[in-house]
Amino acid sequence: MKHRTFFWFFLPSAAAMFLFIALPIVSVLMQSVFAPHQQVVREVENCSVFGCTKTTTVDLAATAALREAEPLGRFVGGSIYTDRNHLAFSEVAVLASTADGISTFLDGLLNLPFYGALLFTLTYTLVVTPLSILLGFVVALAVNAVPRFLRGPMIFVSLLPMIITPLVGALILFWMVDARGVLGALIQSLAGDPNLSVKASTPLMWAMLMVYGIWSSAPFAFVVYYAGLQTVPQDTLESAMIDGASRWERIRYVIVPHLLPLTTFMALIKIMDNFRVFEPIVSFNASAHAQSLSYFIYSDLGGETRLLSSAAATSVLTILGVVVLLSPVLVRTWKTYGRGAA
Amino acid sequence: MTISIQRLAQTVLLSATALACTVGIANADCGIKSGRVSIVGNEFPAIKTVAANAATCATSAVEVKSNLTADHQKINLAGMSGNPAEYTSAVIATSSIVALLNEGVIRPLDELVAAHGQDIPKNRLVTIDGKVMAVAFMANAQHQVYRKDVLEKVGVQPPKSYEEMLAAAEKIRAAGIMQYPVGGAYAAGWNLGQEFVNMYIGMGGEFFKPGTAEVAVNNDQGVAALEMMKKLTGYMNPDYLTHDSNATSAEWEAGNVALMNMWGSRTGVLVDTEGSKPEVYENTMVGAPMTVGGGAIPATTLWWDGWTVAKNISDADAEATFIAMKRGSGPEILNDATMREAVWMIEGYKPAPINEGVMQTMTMGAKPYPMLPYMGLLHTALGDNIADFLTGKEDAKTTLADIEAAYTAAAREKGFLK
Repeated sequence: MKHRTFFWFFLPSAAAMFLFIALPIVSVLMQSVFAPHQQVVREVENCSVFGCTKTTTVDLAATAALREAEPLGRFVGGSIYTDRNHLAFSEVAVLASTADGISTFLDGLLNLPFYGALLFTLTYTLVVTPLSILLGFVVALAVNAVPRFLRGPMIFVSLLPMIITPLVGALILFWMVDARGVLGALIQSLAGDPNLSVKASTPLMWAMLMVYGIWSSAPFAFVVYYAGLQTVPQDTLESAMIDGASRWERIRYVIVPHLLPLTTFMALIKIMDNFRVFEPIVSFNASAHAQSLSYFIYSDLGGETRLLSSAAATSVLTILGVVVLLSPVLVRTWKTYGRGAA
Repeated sequence: MTISIQRLAQTVLLSATALACTVGIANADCGIKSGRVSIVGNEFPAIKTVAANAATCATSAVEVKSNLTADHQKINLAGMSGNPAEYTSAVIATSSIVALLNEGVIRPLDELVAAHGQDIPKNRLVTIDGKVMAVAFMANAQHQVYRKDVLEKVGVQPPKSYEEMLAAAEKIRAAGIMQYPVGGAYAAGWNLGQEFVNMYIGMGGEFFKPGTAEVAVNNDQGVAALEMMKKLTGYMNPDYLTHDSNATSAEWEAGNVALMNMWGSRTGVLVDTEGSKPEVYENTMVGAPMTVGGGAIPATTLWWDGWTVAKNISDADAEATFIAMKRGSGPEILNDATMREAVWMIEGYKPAPINEGVMQTMTMGAKPYPMLPYMGLLHTALGDNIADFLTGKEDAKTTLADIEAAYTAAAREKGFLK
């Protein structure tokens, strides 16, 4: 392609990427290093039907002058990143010097909100990503093996978890695992403990969130693999059969290698998705047991007093986390395709 | 703070009902020449009545619309920050007005009161530093709700304190009537924070060092409040950390609970004939709020709900909004149906038996919810950390230290602390 043609061909994409990806990231970065001005508060009298009390209020005139002088707010550098509600540098340093042994250090570390949330987010990502891909693969193999007239309905049923809005799907499961719900009662009778409650136990809540994650994201893997299965070279399969390969051997030595590039692609997408786990925590009211980085952003922005800088810092940390997690897959892709193309 | 499909369904149903009600109200001539009225607020029966009555001021020259949603706090500030503001009036309560005051998006109402509101009783005007910032129309509080039949069966009087509540709960459990007789909105987040605020006030605690934004909850009262909460959760459905006010009301209507501390504004639905058996709704009674730890101040907070007028709108729109909202919360709106929706602070209001809880809360000298610019940050820190103590992950002192640390980091960011 000529350079000129390429330039015009690429321009719309570049413009869109600049507008919708680069600019928002720059804006979030800016917000995370600026914080609101020091508030000028003064004591005033507040009267209502319940009587008069002394209270404090923000002095708007004084605040307006500060804002006029520095419209972006006060520059705080990386201090939001390092404060206790994020990376908690000084708290971790104190822990490292006072903790007597690795287990007290870990306890203290995981009690800090950011690291507690990171543990859940990483566990969720590392469990849900491979299992949902595996489940999708198994379903795709199964659907591909049934007679042709049955495939339409089977595909439809297999896609249902993806068709249902995530929030709604999570709520349905939330009600089913209630102590008085179908699944909740089943778990109680299986465990022989009438007081067992999924929603009250942290390990069970984590398991439930992950089961939901696998259930809701397996159809994506299924669709991709099912499409991939249609492209498996039939002559290779047939020659494998003539060589006496069993079904398992055909899957292991023909199908899996053929679908490997798809797996890389799906791992990329799913790691990004799962690292941003959010809806199930909201629908399951699970914030007492599991919090994620995205949930922190939500709660910073949803409180009565909004913490924009804190939310921005968490967003930047989320982006960095995704980059770190994706780097092995990206390096692999680069090795496979980058070198081939060059 | 749950986004729930349930609530969505309710909103749809209720909006349909509200529409039906609006049709029944005759259009009034409010004397507005022209202007735009746009209301944002929480979504419960009393506020719907106010919005529907404000809408009767609509004419061909006056547009009145409203957006009532449980997520109103997420949108009201943004919707009033622009110029001109999208919303000309926000219906708010004791705590949620603070965010609007902090950003200066609502205007003092003194001139409008002088011109159009001489007949509004003085006690309805909420003043800050001598300026009228809101007009209240109802009072609200959490207070006791109990099942008369269940208490009679075990032979106890409605509890006056949380200690008596625990004793009554033990009797109900021992008699085999209910396994989890106590209800409470203990969902992690805002609700859980609110229950601590109640209990801590009941124990006689102060949230901040006087005159400063420095938090001070890591003390004996804080520990006592947490321990009382934990004892109560022993008599609650094990899923209590996921039960917000809606879910707790549902537990009540299902007949699973006999004692709870519940919002006055939500008791109306507990005694209506919908959603529960006669055994439940006929025996649902309200009582005074409970004290705790031998204190005299009840372990609850008083709230008002009121309306404000946006700053960034034209004076004509502000005038139209003031007149429409005054009409929406005026004596004309009281009738047999609306009377029981709330403890109205409106002339001519006669409390129904179901509103006695809030009336008694007021006479018992309960404290109003603290209206401080940084209280919201503390409330969030409370709601995020208390679950760790209730689930037994850490002791009370650690939890209180975590709360203070989380608050302090947030208050530093917001510029309340250096």
